Amino acid sequence: MIKRVFALALIVVVAFFVFPLFAGIGERTDLGPVATAYLEEGARALGAANLVTAVVVTYRGLDTLGEVTVLFAASAGVALVFGTLARRSQVERRRRPPSELLETGASLLLPIIATFGVFVFVHGHLTPGGGFQGGVVVASGVLLSFLGGTLTHTPHRLLGALETVAGAGYVAIGLLGIWLAAGFLDPRFLPSGEIGSLFSGGAIPLIYVLVGVKVGAELSGVIDAMRHRSDVS
Amino acid sequence: MMLVFLAVIGVMMVIAAFVALYSRDVVGAIVAAGVVSLLASLLYLVFGAPDVAMTEAAIGSALTTVVFLFAWSRIREIASHGERRDEEVPE
Repeated sequence: MIKRVFALALIVVVAFFVFPLFAGIGERTDLGPVATAYLEEGARALGAANLVTAVVVTYRGLDTLGEVTVLFAASAGVALVFGTLARRSQVERRRRPPSELLETGASLLLPIIATFGVFVFVHGHLTPGGGFQGGVVVASGVLLSFLGGTLTHTPHRLLGALETVAGAGYVAIGLLGIWLAAGFLDPRFLPSGEIGSLFSGGAIPLIYVLVGVKVGAELSGVIDAMRHRSDVS
Repeated sequence: MMLVFLAVIGVMMVIAAFVALYSRDVVGAIVAAGVVSLLASLLYLVFGAPDVAMTEAAIGSALTTVVFLFAWSRIREIASHGERRDEEVPE
């Protein structure tokens, strides 16, 4: 009973503090000053091909750093949990070989998927998509090759090296932005080039490629941890 | 016309979400959850957010579904192993 009263009182107190925020919600017809500045000058000031790229990579580039960090923590957790599980239960289980349909389909589609993934993150500054999306596409290609039996041995060391180099490179480029240009992840320390060509937009393509490599390697690692432990002999 | 299309997708999403929640079949529920994501990515595309649509399709409907399926097969494996500890492990 007393617990319930306490819970009710807590709800009322929280509601009291949150209500002003709730009452302030309304449809906005004008943009805030920051959004207006981004819309008017954002893309041009950075030499980026479009506003989405400018906001995602530079103005809100810290978000990407956070996402990549979360992803790193998640993949480390998956490796830890599945590693422990595998040791505790020594399940002997032979994997069923993939059917011919899956095997042929996987080896046919793998080059196409991998090329598309690389295209998505290399052209991230010109077309929709970017590092994160391209990395996920690459990882799904890795998954397909696991299922189809094309890839039986996992290059752990290569995955780890790619992840490390890409992660460190991303932060290094961010810091170079502070040192040579206006702030963290500022891409203007490289020439912005002709907008629309592959090498343009300062360091934006570089950042996208590094994020793509990191996300791809990390998600491949997650998939490998789950796959590998489920057929430990 | 556009509105009808959006409404159909929305209704399908709600149905798939209910299937994911209440289905007895776990694999079916996982696939239904993937369908919700796939339809959501279609909506994002229609509303002019291709970047978000791509992320949703790749992560929400492809990778998440596969990770869930992996986890489910792993759980089943351990469960069956625990029940028949003294017998031969089934293939």
